[in-house]
Amino acid sequence: MKKKIVSVLLAATLAVMSLAGCGNQASDKTSTAEGKNEVEAEEGTFLIGGIGPVTGELAIYGMAERNGAQIAVDEINEAGGVNGTKLTFNFQDDEGDAEKSVNAYNNLKDWGMQILCGTVTSTPCIAVAAKSSQDNLFQITPSGSAADCIGPDNAFRVCFSDPDQGTKSAEYIGENKLAKKVAIIYDSSDVYSSGITDKFVKEAEEQDFEIVAKEAFTADNKTDFSVQIKKAQSEGADLVFLPIYYSQAALILQQANSLGFETTFFGCDGLDGILGVENFDQKLAEGVMLLTPFAADATDELTKNFVAKYKEEYGEVPNQFAADGYDAIYAIAAALEKGECKPDMSVSDICEAMKKAMTEISIEGLTGEKITWDESGAPDKEAKAVVIKDGAYSLME
Amino acid sequence: MGFISYLIDGISLGSVYALIALGYTMVYGIAKMLNFAHGDVIMIGGYTVYTIVSTMGLSPWLGMAASVVVCTVLGVAVEKIAYKPLRMASPLAVLITAIGVSYFLQNMGLLIFTASPKAFTSVVSISNIKLADGALNISGVTLVTIITCIIIMIALMFFIKKTKAGRAMVAVSEDKGAALLMGIDVNSTISLTFAIGSGLAAVAGFLLCSAYPTLTPYTGAMPGIKAFVAAVFGGIGSIPGAFIGGILLGIIEILSKAYISSQLSDAIVFLVLILVLLIKPTGILGKEIHEKV
Repeated sequence: MKKKIVSVLLAATLAVMSLAGCGNQASDKTSTAEGKNEVEAEEGTFLIGGIGPVTGELAIYGMAERNGAQIAVDEINEAGGVNGTKLTFNFQDDEGDAEKSVNAYNNLKDWGMQILCGTVTSTPCIAVAAKSSQDNLFQITPSGSAADCIGPDNAFRVCFSDPDQGTKSAEYIGENKLAKKVAIIYDSSDVYSSGITDKFVKEAEEQDFEIVAKEAFTADNKTDFSVQIKKAQSEGADLVFLPIYYSQAALILQQANSLGFETTFFGCDGLDGILGVENFDQKLAEGVMLLTPFAADATDELTKNFVAKYKEEYGEVPNQFAADGYDAIYAIAAALEKGECKPDMSVSDICEAMKKAMTEISIEGLTGEKITWDESGAPDKEAKAVVIKDGAYSLME
Repeated sequence: MGFISYLIDGISLGSVYALIALGYTMVYGIAKMLNFAHGDVIMIGGYTVYTIVSTMGLSPWLGMAASVVVCTVLGVAVEKIAYKPLRMASPLAVLITAIGVSYFLQNMGLLIFTASPKAFTSVVSISNIKLADGALNISGVTLVTIITCIIIMIALMFFIKKTKAGRAMVAVSEDKGAALLMGIDVNSTISLTFAIGSGLAAVAGFLLCSAYPTLTPYTGAMPGIKAFVAAVFGGIGSIPGAFIGGILLGIIEILSKAYISSQLSDAIVFLVLILVLLIKPTGILGKEIHEKV
């Protein structure tokens, strides 16, 4: 009996402890777990599904995209919908994991999804694209940038592909004469990072700079970067290219700083979000450049409105992923309108109509003016470079 | 100079592995079970310090003390709830339970602290030591980690050899049944082992997070596995073995990254492990136990 009391007490301690940590949770309203299919599948509307990580290591991307897409859906519905038909948006969590992403896809299919706006990250996107092409369901990924994300002909994307990002980064560095000696630190276990690196190295041959070090790390080995940084340092790199995600980049910046390595860091869209890392010393990110199609401080009407709305709804400055999500929904709306789709058409008919329409539309988006698509599903738009100044992303001159 | 500087990096990475491996080897040596949740107790320790120091703005000393208390209570609770009922079950069942506990703690971390990474403020305020005109740089955290490691190692060896509770632990590890007959309270001895092991995990937690200052619910998982490898490398169950194994593992990892390939470093680390185990199956300092017939 006494032992039972002891174990009950211990269990209670555990429970209290788990509550004690809750202090910093209340402020984070977007992070609560989503219930399954809690959005009602309203009849007579277009049912749009979304998939991405709103928990897990990549949660910043998923949350931003969900929020950006939701703003676009609300705007379109307020303005009367697409050809008078409203949109219903249901976003499911996949934690950035391919298997969970396919589960989320199946859930959404059960819900009645007709169009998919997802997925947020590359690896799950490739898995889901294989499923959606079997179902012939129209899919547009806001930020799945690996080449294979738009392998099937029903899949389109809003962002640049990894190869594009690599090429454009190298071009940008070369044309603006940012550096003579460039070092690369990349994640060889990640398709996004290695995809960019390959193209970057290839394009670098054409440009007026030299790659002095190309150092890798893997998913199992991503806390200690001392060797990679020291190699870049000893080769005298005046620019370090980081085609990686922000969590590792934050560590690299801290470790480079403690090693006294002063250089310029240049990254791609994966670095977007680095300022959102809690308790991160933003001074370390000062001067970091990244190639991204969206800058929150741009002065055009569209961006200003979007940023204001986003701040009001979610209390923070939107990053590129929010803009990708927003543009994806507008692309869907434009294609639905052009293809004269009706919500009672079959999934496959909608897909056929939209596939054709996508190559004919041109949208004024947050991530580019007059974005157009070709049959492969890739967008045509210009890249912008952004530099982190005074703790905010600002457009480079 | 490059070599020495890489060597120092290796030692600083290795000292973190060694510190975690001490907790692993302690629990394995006494309770004869692999506590795969050890790495996740480390993560909880890190978050405790983060909550107290960064969220509540209190002193790091208070944070460290609280973290040791929280982890100790957590370790004992996990042992009582998840492992004790399985005392008589096969070792495989306990191993699977430990993996379950590990996932439970990770997911609890996800629920409470969310997945977004937190930048950890170092609890060590000793500045870096620069040698040879700044060509060699030893961080304060590394020094503290190595010294802590050595103190803990000596204290543990003293505790096990000289104190009554420590000798009871050795007795339990050798033969639970006989220890019980000699009047040793096996259950409370194993609880004490878990309490010490988890307290060490808390120390490893805040030193790990000070050295590599990003905290996520998965922070403890990979270093935990590496430290387990280090413990096997040094001879699991042996306390000085864990220290040596940890340091060697760190050095091999960094040197293979620096001189062979940054992509292959893990493959090389595990290759060395296989070689060591082929030559000396019980690890560097492991005892060979001959079965008496």
